[in-house]
Amino acid sequence: MVPSEIDREGDLESPVSRDLCLRAFRWMILARVLDDKLASLYRGGKIHGGVFLGRGQEALSAAAGVSLRRSDVFAPLIRDLAGRLGFGETVLDVVRTYLGSALGPMRGRDGNVHRGRPRQGLLPMISHLGAMISVANGILLARRLKGVTDSVGIASIGDGATSTGSFHEALNQAAVERLPLVLVVANNQYAYSTGNERQFACRALIDRAPGYGVEGCTVDGTSLVECLSAIGQAVARAREGRGPQMIEARLLRLCGHGEHDDAGYVNAELKAGAIGRDCLKLAEEFLRGRNLASPQQIGQWRREAQATVEQAVAQVQREPGPDPYAEEWCALSGRKLADPAQV
Amino acid sequence: MSVTYLEAIREAQARALAEDSRVFIYGQDVGAFGGAFKATKNLAREFPGRVMDAPISEDAIVGLGVGAALEGLRPILEMQFADFSTVGFNQIVNQAATLFWRTGVPCPITIRLPCGGTSGSGPFHSQNLETIYSHYPGLVVMAPATVEDAYSMLLAAIAIDDPVIFCEHKLLYYHLKAESLPAEALPVGKARLAREGRDLTIVAYSAMVHEALAVAAQLATEDVEVEVVDLRTVKPLDTDTVIASVARTGRLLAVGESWPWGGVTAEVVSRVAAEGFNLLDAPPVRLNSRDTPVPFHPSLWKAHRPTAESIANAARKLLRQ
Ligand SMILES: Cc1ncc(C[n+]2csc(CCOP(=O)(O)OP(=O)(O)O)c2C)c(N)n1
Ligand SMILES: [Mg+2]
Repeated sequence: MVPSEIDREGDLESPVSRDLCLRAFRWMILARVLDDKLASLYRGGKIHGGVFLGRGQEALSAAAGVSLRRSDVFAPLIRDLAGRLGFGETVLDVVRTYLGSALGPMRGRDGNVHRGRPRQGLLPMISHLGAMISVANGILLARRLKGVTDSVGIASIGDGATSTGSFHEALNQAAVERLPLVLVVANNQYAYSTGNERQFACRALIDRAPGYGVEGCTVDGTSLVECLSAIGQAVARAREGRGPQMIEARLLRLCGHGEHDDAGYVNAELKAGAIGRDCLKLAEEFLRGRNLASPQQIGQWRREAQATVEQAVAQVQREPGPDPYAEEWCALSGRKLADPAQV
Repeated sequence: MSVTYLEAIREAQARALAEDSRVFIYGQDVGAFGGAFKATKNLAREFPGRVMDAPISEDAIVGLGVGAALEGLRPILEMQFADFSTVGFNQIVNQAATLFWRTGVPCPITIRLPCGGTSGSGPFHSQNLETIYSHYPGLVVMAPATVEDAYSMLLAAIAIDDPVIFCEHKLLYYHLKAESLPAEALPVGKARLAREGRDLTIVAYSAMVHEALAVAAQLATEDVEVEVVDLRTVKPLDTDTVIASVARTGRLLAVGESWPWGGVTAEVVSRVAAEGFNLLDAPPVRLNSRDTPVPFHPSLWKAHRPTAESIANAARKLLRQ
């Protein structure tokens, strides 16, 4: 018999449903397969600009994506492919943005991880770290002003970005307004090449939560079930009106900062230790060990993911790029207000 | 009954709040206190829940405004002083100004910047930042010179679907008065002929329009007719009206209150030189503040920015050419 609720060692604060766990796991597989494909396209010189992977962070990210409703708000960052897919971003949107297709949401105007569909609650990150949190705050505040009270927003942030002024301003703002914001901090031990010891001096990032007057917890970012439990619970609390929630997940970036970076600076002990384990492998072992999914089933999912990705890449590679002669070259929506400057 | 420039700004916001349920105001001390300059006086009481005090977090104030705009609202964000908008600079130029171009989703926010000096305010409560915001694509930058424009252009700013930087001049807040609020206005992006003349064109905006008008009145006694063009919006810049004026006068003096390197006056001169070179009877001249921070002491402050006196001197020199 397959249990419908998993509580792993019986030590989770909230039980995680089998269905949610399997859904998140499938997004993890798809994200890994797609990331691997993007990396190989990059190595083959098929991608302009950088490629930034979420390898090692799929459990945390997928847990965020599937914990939200489609009507909620998600402000992902660079390592959130799994969460974006779980929230509803299509593989085509991803591939089109990376390959610069004119048919993608960014139409060649922006690339790689800088993509989104703001009308669908998926915020298009700008590069400047920390800047998306207050934008999520604005959506949540606006919804409250409009009388929509059951929305939640998740904003992702890295250990490095917690040092920005905008992170501080936005978290304080969310707390002052008691907004239903869940801030998921992926503490992957590095910001590009800079380790935590040069990034912050507090004992743990989560110690900051009470300083802002927000609830907080830490989670093992390599464990899908723990991530699902912690984020699910934080989302539920935020939805109940308990104000912002902060989660610090501990994990390790299992790739370079971008695909241009060999990450030779990552500490070997961290890689060999518990924090360096691959969340996707752990999730698979867990599901198989608990008889929640068979090896055949998992193999089937992986093949489906590969087929989806290959099909999308083949399709997008035949699509046109943006046409500089047809481009409007106007940054205002009100074209009448365009400046008549001669270029 | 008369109305001041500041009251016009307050009345425009009151009307926007009354007529459009999407409008709200967010900024430091704008709530019950009514704002550092009282531009939101009584609005929190008249429109409960829609005029909100913000923490001292300009970055997050603008970021929140962008999010609310995405959700269909029309935020008016008050910077307590234009100078502090630099703390929110990133959200203004990289978030708000790029949103439409990147995603096709407009960003209708209005950011109010109390600009310009009053003597005694010093380097950090006196700045004019229209130039720096105009440099970035994706922003509309307004600098009204009159009570009527303060009112109608602020209403227009709120109605525009793009981010608007609304530069209101603190020196005009209290002393500039009009009989009543206007019922109609020139379209956004159109400059105004503030005074007609045929000997020299002074292009100005915001408080400098009044200095230019004083010069025109003074030079009229010397038998010189000065034409004054009030740009109203500095971006878009109404090149046509400027060039049409230079075509009549043959002489151009561009006056601005921000710093001399680059800027609105440089843009005016460059456009006239590029598109109307043959209309000029003398090399065009520009006059700006001095290239230092804005000084505190009244005697330094007066000598830092263009005044009727320095503009008149520049005009006389140009007329002799
Ligand atoms: C404000 C700002 N400064 C610098 C950068 C350049 N940058 C991009 S990612 C990055 C490291 C981010 O580290 P972290 O927040 O820990 O996220 P991670 O890459 O580990 O997921 C840096 C320095 C930036 N994007 N934004
Ligand atoms: Mg990091």
